[in-house]
Amino acid sequence: MNSEEHIIAPVESAAADEDIIIVRDLNKWFGQFHVLKSLNLNVKKGERIVICGPSGSGKSTFIRCINHLEAHQRGEIIVDGVVLNEDLKNIEAIRREVGMVFQHFNLFPHLSVLENCLLAPIWVRKTPRKEAIEIAMEYLERVKIPEQAHKYPGQLSGGQQQRVAIARSLCMKPKIMLFDEPTSALDPEMIKEVLDVMIELAGSGMTMLCVTHEMGFAKTVADRVIFMDGGECVEEGPPQSFFNNPQQPRTREFLDQILQH
Amino acid sequence: MNSDPSLPPKSSVKPWNDPRVRSAVFQILAILAVAWVGYSLFQNTLTNMASRGISTGFGFLDSSAGFGIVMSLIEYNESMSYGRTFFVGLANTLLVSGLGIIFATIVGFIVGVLRLSNNWLIARLALAYIEIFRNIPLLLQIFFWYFAVLGTLPSPRQSVSIGEVAFLNLRGIVLPKPIFEAGSGAVGIVLIIAIIISLAIARWAKRRQAATGQFFPVLPVSAALILGAPIIAYFALGSPIGWDVPALSGFNFRGGITVIPELGALLLALTLYTASFIAEIVRSGIISVSRGQTEAAAALGLPPRRVLRLVIVPQALRVIIPPLTSQYLNLTKNSSLATAIGYPDLVNVFMGTTLNQTGQAVEIVAITMAVYLTISLSISMLMNIYNRAVALKER
Repeated sequence: MNSEEHIIAPVESAAADEDIIIVRDLNKWFGQFHVLKSLNLNVKKGERIVICGPSGSGKSTFIRCINHLEAHQRGEIIVDGVVLNEDLKNIEAIRREVGMVFQHFNLFPHLSVLENCLLAPIWVRKTPRKEAIEIAMEYLERVKIPEQAHKYPGQLSGGQQQRVAIARSLCMKPKIMLFDEPTSALDPEMIKEVLDVMIELAGSGMTMLCVTHEMGFAKTVADRVIFMDGGECVEEGPPQSFFNNPQQPRTREFLDQILQH
Repeated sequence: MNSDPSLPPKSSVKPWNDPRVRSAVFQILAILAVAWVGYSLFQNTLTNMASRGISTGFGFLDSSAGFGIVMSLIEYNESMSYGRTFFVGLANTLLVSGLGIIFATIVGFIVGVLRLSNNWLIARLALAYIEIFRNIPLLLQIFFWYFAVLGTLPSPRQSVSIGEVAFLNLRGIVLPKPIFEAGSGAVGIVLIIAIIISLAIARWAKRRQAATGQFFPVLPVSAALILGAPIIAYFALGSPIGWDVPALSGFNFRGGITVIPELGALLLALTLYTASFIAEIVRSGIISVSRGQTEAAAALGLPPRRVLRLVIVPQALRVIIPPLTSQYLNLTKNSSLATAIGYPDLVNVFMGTTLNQTGQAVEIVAITMAVYLTISLSISMLMNIYNRAVALKER
């Protein structure tokens, strides 16, 4: 078993009673291929959820549906009281409140780190530039790279870029953060610096949905772990029981695979 | 031997095996060969010209040309010098190239974006346009516009009237000509003031955004101001600019400005041909920006048009600019096909009539080639400066 769980004390849960994300009977097809099969999920404010599963299980597609980067065909998604449908105003309203961090960072290479962080607050939130700079510097400090503010993404390491990407999302002061395999494209020695930022963020009471293979992270911060396979939610539960006592054979098989080495 | 450790160690390689020595030797040999070829060409030409009795030098530029040119942007008549014909041709070349570059860029960008449209019909129409105009030789297209389209227009007496002020016929398009009367300067001054105010508004809007976060519609307000203010001034001052409207008299029009069909055909062909290449360049530039960029920008809540303007276009430009430069160069050089339909460009006038009359082939060809080289290098330089401004910074 991973030894990290003994070193890092689990982060205190800040989950409230109120549901901030409601997913009911979510179905999605890519052409004929049924990627998401009748998913249901209620996420409470401040809850931290880790989604894991083998590749092709639909976990990335699932969280990309929550801010409508992927359109679903059947079912209902309600985020922060707004129903997600084809209405562009609703989609933009939800995206303002939902931050997203991608596997490949997707920083804007033509803008400096600071400008990356200013773009959305200025153009979407209509924040005065001076105030936006203050907010951006505050978050860059939180991800521990204020000194890189005037560099360009191409001049930073992968770990630094991902931390900037997290700061860029936080500058919009989102209520929910989605992480789509944030450490999968990183060199091993850079994974920790990104996870540290995410753990710190979890401690601040942010609602988080995280697709990741970092089981140490899941044990440390998750309130709930969801295991997906073949577009279905196979098993879910608090990390304690999920890791120590998985119910489904498919879950056991998966955990054996990834925790072996 | 060299024993100072602060200096690089001396090479112990034999000179004929040393790559530096070898490359120096070959370079010297190459320079000698080029110089010898150049010298013998020069001598050969001088000897040949002397034996035929052709005088060399640029003295011919001062003698009277004695031939007319159908279109001139600068003052010209038959009694003027051959030197003058050079500038007439150059101005006509610059006119058609400059207008061609502007129109081809506009058409090319629009078609390139339409080609990526989600609307099936629009995307297919753009594709059809690109494939047709890109794959037919330019000379053929020039002939098409000149003989098949503009050449079949009616004679001046049956002109197609555009609102009774402009007329389209076999001899080109006749437009009304502005006549600046007393007081027209005031309209110009109002225009300049409107531009200055617009620039001030843009600066104010930027400062206000920094302070309050509010956006101001700078573009529509400036456009209204720059267009509207001079129009109001024009009428307030009692229409100080008169219009010389062309009128039919006998078999042709009198007054107005005539745009000759040669210019129209050449401009149409150059624009539409080059625009089809620019459209593909624009499309490839936009596609080259990874999907992740659009997704990241959209996930931040930016609406689609802001995503395009703030994230996609700035990144696409750095891919678009180098091939766009070579299209501009192509267009400029292709404008020399003017000679096929008799548009009086530099090649037609100077390297055509002037050369024929004076026989000073070496001088004229050298001047003409130097001019195209200068124009092309100037365009390249400007585009390189712009390219450096939009280039990505890495490392």
